Amino acid sequence: MNRLDAALAAARAARRTALITFCTAGFPRREDWPGVMGAMERGGADVIEVGLPFSDPMADGRTIQHADEVALGQGVSVGDALGWIRAYRDAGGACGVVVMTYYNPLLQYGQERFVGDAVAAGADGLVLVDVPPEEGGELRAAARAAGLRLVPLVAPTTSDARLARLLDGAGGFVYCVSVTGVTGARRELPSDLPEFLARVRRHTELPLAVGFGIAAREQVEQLAPWCDAVVVGSAIVDAARAGGDAAERIEGYVEVLSGRRRPA
Amino acid sequence: MQPADTDIQLPDATGHFGPFGGRFVPETLVAALEELATAFAQVGRDAAFRAELEALLHTYVGRPTPLTYLGRLSERVGLRLYAKREDLAHTGAHKINNAVGQALLAQRLGKRRIIAETGAGQHGVAVATVCAVLGIECAVYMGTEDIRRQSLNVFRMKLLGAEVRAVDSGSRTLKDAINEALRDWVTNVRSTHYLIGSAIGPHPYPAMVRDFQRVIGDEARAQVLEREGRLPDAAVACVGGGSNAIGLFAPFVADADVRLIGVEAAGRGLATGEHAASLSAGRPGVLHGTLSYLLQDEHGQVRETHSVSAGLDYPGVGPEHAYLRDSGRATYIAATDQQALAGFRLLSETEGIIPALEPAHAVGALPRVRELAGEGALVVLGLSGRGDKDMTTVAAELGVSLD
Repeated sequence: MNRLDAALAAARAARRTALITFCTAGFPRREDWPGVMGAMERGGADVIEVGLPFSDPMADGRTIQHADEVALGQGVSVGDALGWIRAYRDAGGACGVVVMTYYNPLLQYGQERFVGDAVAAGADGLVLVDVPPEEGGELRAAARAAGLRLVPLVAPTTSDARLARLLDGAGGFVYCVSVTGVTGARRELPSDLPEFLARVRRHTELPLAVGFGIAAREQVEQLAPWCDAVVVGSAIVDAARAGGDAAERIEGYVEVLSGRRRPA
Repeated sequence: MQPADTDIQLPDATGHFGPFGGRFVPETLVAALEELATAFAQVGRDAAFRAELEALLHTYVGRPTPLTYLGRLSERVGLRLYAKREDLAHTGAHKINNAVGQALLAQRLGKRRIIAETGAGQHGVAVATVCAVLGIECAVYMGTEDIRRQSLNVFRMKLLGAEVRAVDSGSRTLKDAINEALRDWVTNVRSTHYLIGSAIGPHPYPAMVRDFQRVIGDEARAQVLEREGRLPDAAVACVGGGSNAIGLFAPFVADADVRLIGVEAAGRGLATGEHAASLSAGRPGVLHGTLSYLLQDEHGQVRETHSVSAGLDYPGVGPEHAYLRDSGRATYIAATDQQALAGFRLLSETEGIIPALEPAHAVGALPRVRELAGEGALVVLGLSGRGDKDMTTVAAELGVSLD
């Protein structure tokens, strides 16, 4: 069984909201990787999302824009990120691993080559920010053939007709974008979010993960009745850059998010 | 605006020009782009919309713009040159054609707010102008580097009632202004229309901007036929994102004997890497929702660009230009900052027309145009804007103090 599917199935069996944690690869420092991934696992993450930095992240808010700039400033490449995933696996890392990226770095790396290298490194899934189902046919075919789960993104503006198309051939989980907006921690989530999630639920058996804006354990608990997993990104990046040992800070923060530890 | 013409079948239904174009955007924006594409297809067949647009272009923008014979410059460069005078359109550049069209479309879609990006400021001014006359709320994103280079246009936009939002990320130029405008749009997509100013971006923008700009070429084609009794040997225009060039080229694409020549910004020289010539020195990639030629490093990260002209300082280019390049229908050459400055002075001194730095690249490339089109060739030059906005930049380049 694909590790991503297994991780989400295990959380579902335990009646627990799975936790998916994101960080930009190579942030805050190259040396912090792959330690950041191990820290996430120890803190209670079920799935780790590794962001490949891009020079023009149009769907990201300030926090991840900054993380991408810092990572690119250190020359972080697709090859580096895949190397860290491999090192995490070599050290016994067991979480599901999903690569999240914009299209152009993959296009230049070579789409089939990327899929092959990602699977070999130990990645289980792929989220493409700027490739709707009408595009990227070659990449989708290669991913399917290699068993790399293609995680679809759906938004509150996605129509029912499109939902059907988006979910056709999708795997792993459905990434439900909580707001019309960019990534970034938000204090409040939109009131129509449960309605949106119920609408997506009618179209798929896949686990639903909610992302964009989630930063606190209370939000995770609030969302629990409506989804199977939550994705936390910007808040983790913020924790990582607060200084000190990044892996240690991330582990502490993820422990709180996963409910293993109450905030001090 | 003309309805989809027989001479241009592209893009296809999914917005592709051959392998280029498409719609590479976050899912949140897809519904808005579909709505926009549908509305745009409808207004092409809607006589009332076209009448409203044509009335505004005639009575407000001042169309048709003249086609001016450039006698002294022709003698100097060994060509028979006509200039299509978009510098005489209201607000001083071709950008107003597209701004009027899209703003009317936004009204039809019930959008209460318009956002835009701007590089040189001409598109921002055009959008602010149209929003003022139509009574629509307007915000313009502009890189802080461009705000510094084009302070006069920043002031103009504010006078017109627009909010100018400074963008201090990345290279602080047009590319970053587009990123920030896209982020605003993702956030406010239900109430807001994003009025993209060049023939770039996700489908339907490249086709829509072309069709709103092809009034340039439609008029020029009729005017040159009337004056010369024949089609020109070549049409020449500067290319950043490429909206004025595609507008001029569009009606000539089916005229196989008319050479189409685009002039990119070679900045400090193609060999230095400090330029903005995507078609001359880039390779295909995806930026801002479209697949086209792109200036990027080996890892697919977008490179910072340089041009003396803020309006050409962009690492990508419209996907239809990529298609015209690869199909061989159009030729793309490049002019350096120095050649553009020489062209700027030459047109001013010989014809009493001070061009914007963007079309000054096309003037600066005329010796190369003569090599391509032949001595004495009949050439229509797209004069996309006037040079008032560039006085500070040019003075600095020439070492003149304006204080």
